[in-house]
Amino acid sequence: MKMDLKGKTAIVTGASRGIGRATALALAKAGADIVINYNRSGEAAEEVKAEIEAAGSRALSVRADVSSYSDCEALASAAIDHFKRIDILINNAGITADNLLIRMKPDEWSSVIDTNLTGVYNCTRAVMRPLLKQKSGGRIINVASVSGIYGNTGQANYAAAKGGVIAFTKSLAKELGSRSITVNAVAPGFIETDMTGELTEQFREGVLSRIALGRLGRAEEVAEVILFLASSASYVTGQVIAVDGCLAL
Amino acid sequence: MSVDAKVKGIISDQLEVAVEKLSMETTFEDIDADSLDIVELVMALEEEFDLEISDQEIENIKTVGDVIKYIESQV
Ligand SMILES: NC(=O)c1ccc[n+]([C@@H]2O[C@H](COP(=O)([O-])OP(=O)(O)OC[C@H]3O[C@@H](n4cnc5c(N)ncnc54)[C@H](O)[C@@H]3O)[C@@H](O)[C@H]2O)c1
Repeated sequence: MKMDLKGKTAIVTGASRGIGRATALALAKAGADIVINYNRSGEAAEEVKAEIEAAGSRALSVRADVSSYSDCEALASAAIDHFKRIDILINNAGITADNLLIRMKPDEWSSVIDTNLTGVYNCTRAVMRPLLKQKSGGRIINVASVSGIYGNTGQANYAAAKGGVIAFTKSLAKELGSRSITVNAVAPGFIETDMTGELTEQFREGVLSRIALGRLGRAEEVAEVILFLASSASYVTGQVIAVDGCLAL
Repeated sequence: MSVDAKVKGIISDQLEVAVEKLSMETTFEDIDADSLDIVELVMALEEEFDLEISDQEIENIKTVGDVIKYIESQV
Protein backbone atom coordinates (compact mmCIF):
# COMPACT_ATOMS: atom_id res chain seq x y z
CA MET A 1 0.00 0.00 0.00
CA LYS A 2 1.30 3.45 -0.91
CA MET A 3 1.30 6.00 1.88
CA ASP A 4 3.86 8.31 0.37
CA LEU A 5 2.87 11.97 0.40
CA LYS A 6 6.22 13.51 -0.52
CA GLY A 7 5.82 16.72 -2.49
CA LYS A 8 2.16 17.07 -1.51
CA THR A 9 0.69 19.84 0.57
CA ALA A 10 -2.11 19.21 3.06
CA ILE A 11 -4.22 21.75 4.90
CA VAL A 12 -5.62 20.47 8.20
CA THR A 13 -8.18 22.70 9.91
CA GLY A 14 -8.35 22.78 13.69
CA ALA A 15 -4.98 21.08 13.85
CA SER A 16 -3.74 22.41 17.17
CA ARG A 17 -5.09 19.48 19.18
CA GLY A 18 -7.17 16.30 19.15
CA ILE A 19 -7.97 14.55 15.89
CA GLY A 20 -6.65 17.45 13.79
CA ARG A 21 -3.29 17.38 15.51
CA ALA A 22 -2.99 13.60 15.17
CA THR A 23 -3.91 13.90 11.48
CA ALA A 24 -1.37 16.65 10.82
CA LEU A 25 1.34 14.50 12.40
CA ALA A 26 0.32 11.37 10.50
CA LEU A 27 0.28 13.15 7.13
CA ALA A 28 3.63 14.79 7.91
CA LYS A 29 5.10 11.42 8.78
CA ALA A 30 4.02 10.21 5.34
CA GLY A 31 6.04 13.10 3.89
CA ALA A 32 3.46 15.82 3.24
CA ASP A 33 4.03 19.52 3.84
CA ILE A 34 1.43 20.61 6.37
CA VAL A 35 -0.56 23.78 6.78
CA ILE A 36 -1.68 23.76 10.40
CA ASN A 37 -4.80 25.84 10.81
CA TYR A 38 -5.87 27.02 14.25
CA ASN A 39 -8.27 29.63 15.52
CA ARG A 40 -7.39 30.52 19.09
CA SER A 41 -4.63 28.18 20.23
CA GLY A 42 -1.62 29.68 18.48
CA GLU A 43 0.79 28.29 21.02
CA ALA A 44 -0.44 24.72 20.63
CA ALA A 45 -0.25 25.13 16.84
CA GLU A 46 3.40 26.20 17.14
CA GLU A 47 4.08 23.04 19.15
CA VAL A 48 2.56 20.89 16.41
CA LYS A 49 4.67 22.78 13.88
CA ALA A 50 7.84 22.17 15.89
CA GLU A 51 6.99 18.49 16.20
CA ILE A 52 6.50 18.16 12.44
CA GLU A 53 9.73 19.99 11.69
CA ALA A 54 11.61 17.86 14.17
CA ALA A 55 10.41 14.82 12.22
CA GLY A 56 11.83 16.34 9.01
CA SER A 57 8.74 17.68 7.24
CA ARG A 58 7.79 21.25 6.49
CA ALA A 59 4.96 23.04 8.26
CA LEU A 60 3.24 26.39 8.32
CA SER A 61 0.74 27.51 10.92
CA VAL A 62 -2.03 29.87 9.88
CA ARG A 63 -4.72 31.43 12.03
CA ALA A 64 -8.17 31.32 10.45
CA ASP A 65 -11.67 31.04 11.79
CA VAL A 66 -13.25 28.49 9.46
CA SER A 67 -16.66 30.09 9.92
CA SER A 68 -15.34 33.15 8.08
CA TYR A 69 -15.08 32.87 4.31
CA SER A 70 -12.44 35.58 4.03
CA ASP A 71 -10.32 33.83 6.67
CA CYS A 72 -10.51 30.61 4.64
CA GLU A 73 -9.50 32.42 1.46
CA ALA A 74 -6.50 33.82 3.31
CA LEU A 75 -5.71 30.32 4.56
CA ALA A 76 -5.69 28.90 1.02
CA SER A 77 -3.58 31.82 -0.24
CA ALA A 78 -1.06 31.34 2.55
CA ALA A 79 -0.76 27.66 1.60
CA ILE A 80 -0.16 28.54 -2.06
CA ASP A 81 2.28 31.34 -1.26
CA HIS A 82 4.31 29.11 1.01
CA PHE A 83 4.16 25.66 -0.56
CA LYS A 84 3.05 26.59 -4.12
CA ARG A 85 0.31 23.97 -4.16
CA ILE A 86 -2.58 22.32 -2.32
CA ASP A 87 -3.27 18.59 -2.75
CA ILE A 88 -5.16 17.58 0.35
CA LEU A 89 -7.74 19.33 2.50
CA ILE A 90 -8.81 17.89 5.84
CA ASN A 91 -11.89 19.67 7.15
CA ASN A 92 -11.57 18.79 10.80
CA ALA A 93 -12.34 21.94 12.81
CA GLY A 94 -15.51 21.51 14.82
CA ILE A 95 -17.30 22.44 18.00
CA THR A 96 -20.21 21.18 20.06
CA ALA A 97 -22.86 23.13 21.97
CA ASP A 98 -25.07 20.32 23.25
CA ASN A 99 -28.53 21.03 24.54
CA LEU A 100 -32.01 19.63 24.31
CA LEU A 101 -33.78 21.44 21.53
CA ILE A 102 -36.31 22.99 23.87
CA ARG A 103 -33.44 24.77 25.62
CA MET A 104 -31.20 25.31 22.61
CA LYS A 105 -30.55 29.00 22.08
CA PRO A 106 -30.33 30.45 18.58
CA ASP A 107 -26.61 31.08 18.98
CA GLU A 108 -26.01 27.45 20.05
CA TRP A 109 -27.68 26.45 16.81
CA SER A 110 -25.94 28.93 14.54
CA SER A 111 -22.44 28.70 16.00
CA VAL A 112 -22.39 24.93 15.44
CA ILE A 113 -23.81 25.20 11.91
CA ASP A 114 -21.45 28.08 11.05
CA THR A 115 -18.33 26.27 12.21
CA ASN A 116 -19.11 22.63 11.43
CA LEU A 117 -21.06 22.94 8.19
CA THR A 118 -20.44 26.39 6.70
CA GLY A 119 -16.80 26.00 7.73
CA VAL A 120 -16.54 22.98 5.44
CA TYR A 121 -18.07 24.94 2.58
CA ASN A 122 -15.77 27.92 3.24
CA CYS A 123 -12.51 25.97 3.26
CA THR A 124 -13.44 23.70 0.39
CA ARG A 125 -14.64 26.58 -1.76
CA ALA A 126 -11.43 28.47 -1.02
CA VAL A 127 -9.18 25.64 -2.26
CA MET A 128 -11.30 24.82 -5.32
CA ARG A 129 -9.59 27.11 -7.81
CA PRO A 130 -6.01 26.14 -7.00
CA LEU A 131 -7.00 22.48 -6.84
CA LEU A 132 -8.67 22.52 -10.27
CA LYS A 133 -5.94 24.64 -11.81
CA GLN A 134 -3.24 22.21 -10.79
CA LYS A 135 -5.00 19.48 -12.76
CA SER A 136 -3.37 16.80 -10.66
CA GLY A 137 -6.35 15.43 -8.74
CA GLY A 138 -6.68 15.87 -5.01
CA ARG A 139 -8.15 14.55 -1.79
CA ILE A 140 -10.76 16.16 0.41
CA ILE A 141 -11.59 14.46 3.69
CA ASN A 142 -14.29 15.77 5.98
CA VAL A 143 -14.49 14.86 9.62
CA ALA A 144 -18.18 14.17 10.23
CA SER A 145 -19.53 12.17 13.17
CA VAL A 146 -21.70 9.16 13.91
CA SER A 147 -24.19 11.72 15.26
CA GLY A 148 -24.62 12.90 11.69
CA ILE A 149 -25.60 9.38 10.64
CA TYR A 150 -27.81 8.21 13.52
CA GLY A 151 -28.76 11.46 15.26
CA ASN A 152 -28.19 11.95 18.96
CA THR A 153 -30.19 13.34 21.86
CA GLY A 154 -29.00 16.81 22.81
CA GLN A 155 -27.15 17.23 19.52
CA ALA A 156 -29.80 18.37 17.03
CA ASN A 157 -27.51 21.23 15.99
CA TYR A 158 -24.36 19.11 15.79
CA ALA A 159 -26.09 16.16 14.07
CA ALA A 160 -27.71 18.49 11.53
CA ALA A 161 -24.33 20.04 10.74
CA LYS A 162 -22.53 16.68 10.47
CA GLY A 163 -25.38 15.14 8.46
CA GLY A 164 -25.03 18.15 6.19
CA VAL A 165 -21.30 17.49 5.89
CA ILE A 166 -22.05 13.93 4.78
CA ALA A 167 -24.48 15.09 2.09
CA PHE A 168 -21.96 17.74 1.03
CA THR A 169 -19.30 15.03 0.75
CA LYS A 170 -21.45 12.83 -1.50
CA SER A 171 -22.45 15.73 -3.74
CA LEU A 172 -18.94 17.05 -4.15
CA ALA A 173 -17.61 13.57 -4.93
CA LYS A 174 -19.97 13.58 -7.92
CA GLU A 175 -18.97 17.10 -8.99
CA LEU A 176 -15.25 16.46 -8.85
CA GLY A 177 -14.94 12.82 -9.85
CA SER A 178 -14.12 13.71 -13.45
CA ARG A 179 -11.10 15.66 -12.13
CA SER A 180 -9.74 12.76 -10.06
CA ILE A 181 -10.46 14.61 -6.85
CA THR A 182 -11.85 12.22 -4.25
CA VAL A 183 -14.10 13.46 -1.47
CA ASN A 184 -14.78 11.27 1.54
CA ALA A 185 -15.82 11.58 5.16
CA VAL A 186 -14.87 9.83 8.34
CA ALA A 187 -17.46 9.54 11.07
CA PRO A 188 -15.76 9.12 14.44
CA GLY A 189 -17.67 7.69 17.37
CA PHE A 190 -16.39 8.46 20.86
CA ILE A 191 -12.75 9.50 20.67
CA GLU A 192 -10.60 10.58 23.66
CA THR A 193 -10.08 14.29 23.02
CA ASP A 194 -10.91 17.58 24.74
CA MET A 195 -14.30 17.34 23.05
CA THR A 196 -15.23 14.20 24.98
CA GLY A 197 -13.20 15.14 28.07
CA GLU A 198 -16.26 16.85 29.48
CA LEU A 199 -18.40 13.69 29.59
CA THR A 200 -19.46 12.57 33.08
CA GLU A 201 -18.20 9.26 34.47
CA GLN A 202 -21.74 7.90 34.49
CA PHE A 203 -22.23 8.78 30.83
CA ARG A 204 -18.90 7.17 29.96
CA GLU A 205 -19.90 3.88 31.60
CA GLY A 206 -23.16 3.89 29.68
CA VAL A 207 -21.39 4.58 26.41
CA LEU A 208 -18.78 1.85 26.85
CA SER A 209 -21.48 -0.80 27.11
CA ARG A 210 -22.66 0.19 23.64
CA ILE A 211 -19.24 0.02 21.96
CA ALA A 212 -18.31 -3.43 20.66
CA LEU A 213 -14.60 -2.78 21.21
CA GLY A 214 -15.37 -1.77 24.80
CA ARG A 215 -13.27 1.39 24.85
CA LEU A 216 -13.15 4.91 23.45
CA GLY A 217 -11.03 5.47 20.36
CA ARG A 218 -7.79 7.42 20.18
CA ALA A 219 -7.25 10.44 17.92
CA GLU A 220 -4.44 8.53 16.17
CA GLU A 221 -6.88 5.80 15.20
CA VAL A 222 -9.00 8.33 13.35
CA ALA A 223 -5.88 9.90 11.81
CA GLU A 224 -4.85 6.52 10.38
CA VAL A 225 -8.09 6.24 8.44
CA ILE A 226 -7.76 9.82 7.22
CA LEU A 227 -4.18 9.08 6.10
CA PHE A 228 -5.45 6.04 4.19
CA LEU A 229 -8.05 8.18 2.39
CA ALA A 230 -5.49 10.91 1.71
CA SER A 231 -2.76 8.68 0.31
CA SER A 232 -4.03 5.33 -1.00
CA ALA A 233 -7.74 4.59 -1.48
CA SER A 234 -7.61 6.04 -5.00
CA TYR A 235 -10.87 4.35 -6.06
CA VAL A 236 -12.86 5.40 -2.98
CA THR A 237 -14.98 8.53 -3.23
CA GLY A 238 -18.26 9.80 -1.81
CA GLN A 239 -17.99 7.43 1.15
CA VAL A 240 -18.45 7.78 4.87
CA ILE A 241 -16.22 5.56 6.99
CA ALA A 242 -17.33 5.16 10.60
CA VAL A 243 -14.41 4.98 13.04
CA ASP A 244 -16.41 4.08 16.11
CA GLY A 245 -15.41 0.65 17.42
CA CYS A 246 -18.87 -0.54 16.34
CA LEU A 247 -21.04 1.82 18.31
CA ALA A 248 -24.78 1.33 18.72
CA LEU A 249 -26.27 4.77 19.29
CA MET B 1 -2.27 37.92 -30.91
CA SER B 2 -5.91 38.70 -31.69
CA VAL B 3 -8.61 38.03 -29.10
CA ASP B 4 -9.97 35.44 -31.48
CA ALA B 5 -6.72 33.47 -31.58
CA LYS B 6 -6.07 33.85 -27.85
CA VAL B 7 -9.53 32.63 -26.89
CA LYS B 8 -9.32 29.67 -29.24
CA GLY B 9 -5.90 28.84 -27.83
CA ILE B 10 -7.25 28.85 -24.28
CA ILE B 11 -10.28 26.75 -25.23
CA SER B 12 -8.04 24.29 -27.04
CA ASP B 13 -5.74 24.11 -24.02
CA GLN B 14 -8.42 23.79 -21.38
CA LEU B 15 -10.68 21.36 -23.18
CA GLU B 16 -8.00 19.46 -25.04
CA VAL B 17 -9.39 19.93 -28.53
CA ALA B 18 -7.45 20.89 -31.64
CA VAL B 19 -7.68 24.59 -32.54
CA GLU B 20 -8.61 23.60 -36.10
CA LYS B 21 -11.79 22.05 -34.78
CA LEU B 22 -12.96 25.36 -33.30
CA SER B 23 -15.12 27.63 -35.42
CA MET B 24 -17.33 30.51 -34.31
CA GLU B 25 -20.34 28.17 -34.49
CA THR B 26 -18.82 25.30 -32.51
CA THR B 27 -20.96 24.74 -29.43
CA PHE B 28 -19.50 23.49 -26.17
CA GLU B 29 -21.78 20.52 -26.49
CA ASP B 30 -20.07 19.67 -29.79
CA ILE B 31 -16.74 19.37 -28.00
CA ASP B 32 -18.17 17.46 -25.01
CA ALA B 33 -17.61 20.17 -22.44
CA ASP B 34 -19.59 19.67 -19.22
CA SER B 35 -20.55 22.37 -16.74
CA LEU B 36 -17.31 22.05 -14.77
CA ASP B 37 -15.31 22.35 -18.01
CA ILE B 38 -17.07 25.62 -18.74
CA VAL B 39 -16.31 26.94 -15.25
CA GLU B 40 -12.66 26.02 -15.62
CA LEU B 41 -12.56 27.69 -19.01
CA VAL B 42 -14.12 30.82 -17.53
CA MET B 43 -11.48 30.79 -14.76
CA ALA B 44 -8.73 30.67 -17.35
CA LEU B 45 -10.32 33.45 -19.41
CA GLU B 46 -10.78 35.62 -16.33
CA GLU B 47 -7.12 35.27 -15.56
CA GLU B 48 -5.87 35.84 -19.09
CA PHE B 49 -8.01 38.93 -19.74
CA ASP B 50 -8.14 40.17 -16.14
CA LEU B 51 -11.91 40.39 -15.91
CA GLU B 52 -14.77 38.85 -14.01
CA ILE B 53 -17.46 36.91 -15.83
CA SER B 54 -20.77 36.68 -13.94
CA ASP B 55 -22.83 33.50 -13.64
CA GLN B 56 -25.49 35.08 -15.79
CA GLU B 57 -23.02 35.75 -18.58
CA ILE B 58 -21.75 32.19 -18.33
CA GLU B 59 -25.32 30.98 -18.92
CA ASN B 60 -25.41 32.87 -22.20
CA ILE B 61 -22.27 31.25 -23.52
CA LYS B 62 -23.19 28.48 -25.94
CA THR B 63 -20.64 28.69 -28.75
CA VAL B 64 -17.00 29.58 -29.22
CA GLY B 65 -18.21 32.71 -31.03
CA ASP B 66 -20.21 33.75 -27.94
CA VAL B 67 -17.02 33.70 -25.88
CA ILE B 68 -15.01 35.67 -28.43
CA LYS B 69 -17.75 38.28 -28.85
CA TYR B 70 -18.09 38.64 -25.10
CA ILE B 71 -14.37 39.05 -24.51
CA GLU B 72 -14.09 41.53 -27.38
CA SER B 73 -16.85 43.63 -25.83
CA GLN B 74 -14.94 43.74 -22.54
CA VAL B 75 -11.35 44.47 -23.53
N1 LIG C 1 -13.90 13.53 19.89
C1 LIG C 1 -14.92 12.85 19.41
O1 LIG C 1 -15.40 11.94 20.06
C2 LIG C 1 -15.49 13.17 18.05
C3 LIG C 1 -16.50 12.36 17.59
C4 LIG C 1 -17.05 12.61 16.33
C5 LIG C 1 -16.57 13.66 15.60
N2 LIG C 1 -15.60 14.47 16.07
C6 LIG C 1 -15.17 15.57 15.22
O2 LIG C 1 -13.78 15.57 15.07
C7 LIG C 1 -13.31 16.87 14.82
C8 LIG C 1 -12.16 17.17 15.75
O3 LIG C 1 -12.63 17.14 17.08
P1 LIG C 1 -11.72 16.79 18.35
O4 LIG C 1 -12.37 15.69 19.05
O5 LIG C 1 -10.32 16.69 17.96
O6 LIG C 1 -12.03 18.10 19.22
P2 LIG C 1 -11.11 19.25 19.79
O7 LIG C 1 -12.05 20.18 20.48
O8 LIG C 1 -9.97 18.69 20.55
O9 LIG C 1 -10.54 19.92 18.47
C9 LIG C 1 -11.29 20.74 17.64
C10 LIG C 1 -10.33 21.67 16.94
O10 LIG C 1 -11.07 22.55 16.10
C11 LIG C 1 -10.63 23.86 16.29
N3 LIG C 1 -11.67 24.82 15.99
C12 LIG C 1 -12.87 24.98 16.59
N4 LIG C 1 -13.54 25.99 16.02
C13 LIG C 1 -12.75 26.49 15.04
C14 LIG C 1 -12.90 27.53 14.08
N5 LIG C 1 -14.02 28.29 14.04
N6 LIG C 1 -11.89 27.75 13.21
C15 LIG C 1 -10.77 27.00 13.23
N7 LIG C 1 -10.58 26.00 14.11
C16 LIG C 1 -11.57 25.75 15.01
C17 LIG C 1 -10.23 23.90 17.74
O11 LIG C 1 -9.34 24.96 17.99
C18 LIG C 1 -9.57 22.55 17.91
O12 LIG C 1 -8.23 22.59 17.53
C19 LIG C 1 -14.51 17.79 14.99
O13 LIG C 1 -15.05 18.11 13.73
C20 LIG C 1 -15.47 16.94 15.77
O14 LIG C 1 -16.81 17.33 15.54
C21 LIG C 1 -15.04 14.24 17.29
